[in-house]
Amino acid sequence: MNDNNSMAYAQSDTAQNESAQSSPVQNNSIYAQSSPVQDSPSYTNMPLLQLNDLCKRYPGMGSYMSVFHMNLIIPRGRIIGLLGPNGCGKTTLIKMINGLLTPTSGSVLINGMAPCPATKKVISYLPERTYLDNGMKVSQMVSYFADFYEDFSTEKAYGMLGALGISSDARLKTLSKGTKEKVQLILVMSRQADLFILDEPIAGVDPAARDYILRTIITNYNPGSTILLSTHLISDIENILDDVIFMKNGSLMLYTSVDSIRSQMGKSVDTYFREVYAC
Amino acid sequence: MAWQMNSDRPIYSQLYDKILVRIVCGVYKAGNRLPSVRDLAAEASVNPNTMQRAFAELEHSGLIVTQRNSGRVVTEDMTKIETARHQLALTQVQSFIANMRELGYNDQEIMELIKSIVQ
Repeated sequence: MNDNNSMAYAQSDTAQNESAQSSPVQNNSIYAQSSPVQDSPSYTNMPLLQLNDLCKRYPGMGSYMSVFHMNLIIPRGRIIGLLGPNGCGKTTLIKMINGLLTPTSGSVLINGMAPCPATKKVISYLPERTYLDNGMKVSQMVSYFADFYEDFSTEKAYGMLGALGISSDARLKTLSKGTKEKVQLILVMSRQADLFILDEPIAGVDPAARDYILRTIITNYNPGSTILLSTHLISDIENILDDVIFMKNGSLMLYTSVDSIRSQMGKSVDTYFREVYAC
Repeated sequence: MAWQMNSDRPIYSQLYDKILVRIVCGVYKAGNRLPSVRDLAAEASVNPNTMQRAFAELEHSGLIVTQRNSGRVVTEDMTKIETARHQLALTQVQSFIANMRELGYNDQEIMELIKSIVQ
C-alpha cells in the first residue's frame, strides 16, 4: 500500500520537476498528525533520520543520478562520518536532508517529518561554504543566531570564541578563511539541536584548532543528538566516530561501525578508505 | 593531548589497554574513583560511546566496579590488579624475546645481554 503510494508520487515528481516541492509538503501533512513538532516526547520513538529510496537527478545530467536509491536509518546518540570520494553525492544528500534540494524520488524523514520549518528547528547545519554576512561583526552574528534559533546558547558561543582567541568585535571580512570557518562552526555547534549536519567542518582549519573543535564536539555531545559529518580528513576524526557511511557514485556502499571495520579488516577506516577508493 | 592509537586494532580495546596500564601503575589507585566517561573521552579525543565500551570491558574483567552513588571505582581486590600486572609483564617479555630472536640472538645471548644491561 505504502509503497504504491510513494511510487505514485515519485513518478509525478519526476514528470514535473519544478513543482517537486509539493511532495515534501504533502508528506509532511501525512506525518504531522502522528508526530507533533518539538517539545513532545512522542516523536522520540521515530528514527531521527530516515531515507527511503532517495534519488536525485540534476537537470542536464542525463540519466545520471547524483544520489541513487539511498535507504538509511540514522538513530540518535551517534557520531557518524559520511565518507566518499569527491562528487559521490555527499553534499547533494546533505542538501536534501536540509530541504535545500528536492528529491527526484523517494523521501527524507526527520523525526518522521519531511524537511520543513519544523525540521530546520531540530537540525543544525554547517554548509560546505559560508553564508555569513561579511560586513557583520562576530558579536552581531552571535545575536543574529540567538534571535533566529530558540536552542542557541550565546554563552556557549562566546566560550568557544574566547577559547579560540577570536575577537567578537572583528568584522567577518577582516578574518582569514580559516577563522571564518571557525566562527561558522562555533555558531552551528552552539545550538542544542537533535541533528548536527556538518559538511566538511575541519578542512580549512589548522591542526591545533582542529583538535579543539573535535574536543568541543565530544564534550558537547549529548546522548539524544546525532552528529553527521562529511570529511576527507578521515584519520583526524576517526577516533571520535561511532559509525561510518561510505558512498560511491551516489549509492550507499557501507554503513557500519568504526570498530567493526577495525576488528574485521584489521585496518583503520582511513586505510580501508584508501583501498576501497583506490584510483 | 589526544592519546596515540594504532590503526590496526579496535579503538575500544586500545583504550582498555591504556586504562589498564594506568590502574596497574597506580595512576588510578585501588578503590579510588575513575574520571567520568565524558572527561576521559575528551582527554583521549575519542568518542564517548567508545570510551563507555572500554569501561564496560574493564568492568567485565572485574578491574573496575560501578557503585550506585560514587560512579566507577577501581577494584579493591589487589590480587586482580596484580594478575593484570603480571599479564602485562608477560606480554612485554614475550614480545621482547620474539623480537630478539628475529634479530638472530639465541636464548643464551639474550640472557647475557639482559644481565649486562641490568647491571
